[in-house]
Amino acid sequence: MALARTSRSTFSRGVHPRDYKAATADKTSEPMPFVREYVLPLSQNIGSASVPIVKAGDRVQRGQQIAVPGGFVSVSLHAPVTGTVTAIEPRPRAGGAMDPSIVLQTDPFSSQRLPTSQPIDIDAWDRDTLLKAIQHAGIVGLGGAAFPLHVKLSPPPDKHFDTVIINGCECEPYLTCDHRIMVERSAALINSTKLLMRLTGANRAIIGIETNKPDAIEALRSIARAPIEVLPLHVKYPQGAERMLIAAAMGPEVPAGKLPVDFGFLVSNAGSAVALGDLIETGKPLIDRMVTVTGPAVAEPKNLLVPIGTSVSAMLDHCGGLLPSARQVVLGGPMMGMSLSRLDVPLVKGASGVLCLDELAPAAGEAGPCIRCSRCVEACPMSLNPSRLVRLARAGRPEDLERSHIASCFECASCSFVCPSGIPLVHWLRIGKALTADRKSKQ
Amino acid sequence: MSTVATAVAIMSGLGVLFAAVLAAAQRVFHVEEDPRLEALVDLLPGTNCGACGAPGCAGFADELIAGRTSPGACTVADPETLEEIAGLLGVDVGMAERRVARLKCAGDEGSVRRLAGYAGVPSCRAAVLVDGGGRACPWGCIGLGDCERICSFGAIEMDDGGLPKVDPDKCVACDKCVEECPLDLFVIEPESRRLFVQCNSPLEGEAARAQCSASCDACGRCAADAPDIIEMKDGLPVIHWHREIEPHPRATWRCETGAITWIEQQGDRDG
Repeated sequence: MALARTSRSTFSRGVHPRDYKAATADKTSEPMPFVREYVLPLSQNIGSASVPIVKAGDRVQRGQQIAVPGGFVSVSLHAPVTGTVTAIEPRPRAGGAMDPSIVLQTDPFSSQRLPTSQPIDIDAWDRDTLLKAIQHAGIVGLGGAAFPLHVKLSPPPDKHFDTVIINGCECEPYLTCDHRIMVERSAALINSTKLLMRLTGANRAIIGIETNKPDAIEALRSIARAPIEVLPLHVKYPQGAERMLIAAAMGPEVPAGKLPVDFGFLVSNAGSAVALGDLIETGKPLIDRMVTVTGPAVAEPKNLLVPIGTSVSAMLDHCGGLLPSARQVVLGGPMMGMSLSRLDVPLVKGASGVLCLDELAPAAGEAGPCIRCSRCVEACPMSLNPSRLVRLARAGRPEDLERSHIASCFECASCSFVCPSGIPLVHWLRIGKALTADRKSKQ
Repeated sequence: MSTVATAVAIMSGLGVLFAAVLAAAQRVFHVEEDPRLEALVDLLPGTNCGACGAPGCAGFADELIAGRTSPGACTVADPETLEEIAGLLGVDVGMAERRVARLKCAGDEGSVRRLAGYAGVPSCRAAVLVDGGGRACPWGCIGLGDCERICSFGAIEMDDGGLPKVDPDKCVACDKCVEECPLDLFVIEPESRRLFVQCNSPLEGEAARAQCSASCDACGRCAADAPDIIEMKDGLPVIHWHREIEPHPRATWRCETGAITWIEQQGDRDG
């Protein structure tokens, strides 16, 4: 269904955190040097885990496939370096679990040149082969959720796409990796957008960028030709969420229970689009990604092009190390990122930043009572009532949580951000989700 | 004056009328109830814990009268009460073996490595969502006491080392802690089983010891010393309980971390 566009340049509700992007916004990205060891957790994407096809002792080439998809909603993993597989064993990862991972030892004498591979001729290949190639290149959404791209490109037979939306919002404070991709690889992004339009059959494309990135808007505007349009958007969090971006750029709110494809939209993060373009043009699988290492507690904030599997501590070392004032390190942005309890965890495909903070959020124990001010209700971009959901989570009532649509919450933390009592609402919402998941698994 | 008299007369008349209706209804709709039911409910502990599988003590009394269960299924009542119930119903006590909750973790504050502080919502269920609450072992006890809060019998108390301690005399094996623990660390075991593995980590060797000094490092000595009943599986000893083979504390003698233990009981020193 084609809809008339009624862009409002932003969405309803949401919050306005300070963006803290100045430290890295103008810094040209640099490649992260190779390190001795790489750890690749088998489960890096939404869906099922990858299945290893190498064993300890095997020699692997940079870019070689080392794990195959474990199902339709799953992708391959590739060696980020030439070297040797030393083990497939549980290793710590962000989030606190120890997950089975492929551990690689880098060959110090290798040139680490990517083996030359053929570009993909998308006119000569049929659709299924092409989607399989994307799946086997390990391409997932690089904005955070790590949703496999080939699944997104496979709509149900009765649905079709008419608009490609490139997500260049990067609404999380501190992060600038998508910003740098849009500035440094603007030509590649335009080409990738054209590719996505051909793959989906869409007849127009919109690149949505928040106005705090004027150089990215300028760079892309100077080379974008119709039907690709560069659309400046007001700065507001969480505009980079799929549904919020659609509302901001196109007008309609995609209701709960419906998907963007029901309205003909395909939303792709700018970084993932460029990764797809690289695959088609050079045959390069997803073995590295842009990461912003930043925050007041790291010596030299940088934008880095980092091989997947590099440890957080190696990235920090490359940026001059943590300052003595460091109190907390977060993988991802300050709103949705994961707080780390150890730094020997690897970079995974969905992580876009390493944030080093010099102060801690107030402890949950110091939170005041809810004063029913309803600021969380006004902030929630999904029109939920976070305060009520938190009360239900505290009371341990999974049925009522489900009835109050806790499943629509995508944990953007706008509610926690605005709460004047300092209640960690989003933490309670995650507890609530765990309660409903428990209940489902018991049924 | 006469208004008051009329009102009193009408109200009294209505009262008598309704009383008559109720008295008639009681006759017509009378349900025959087993007189033992009330006696049983009085005898049962009244905790409505659900450990017997029935919905509360009255439900259990129904089941008893229907003969679908035996008095011994109640894990809360003391043996004398159970004898009394059995006497009332004229059945065997059918004493189920006494069971207690045990924790598959011995990683207290001094043993498990702490990587980071945790300042989130003070509950285990909350901490597992934030990098496991900052303890090095993601399989071990988080120590924020969700089990202590859920136990209706006061049988669980957090000790100084941050581990829940189960009082076997108070524990009625009601399963609530088993369901509550987000890491599934509690098991209900017959009290007579004294050999117990108090570790949940699948890691082996140095990797296990680096996380926690009370961790099972899968050295396999216990399995070597008691090959009939212990088998190593996924980095942990698994105890196979057979009627014929009497377990012996020797399986624990060479354990360097204390992960496999022989549970002390009253009367050990007398024997």
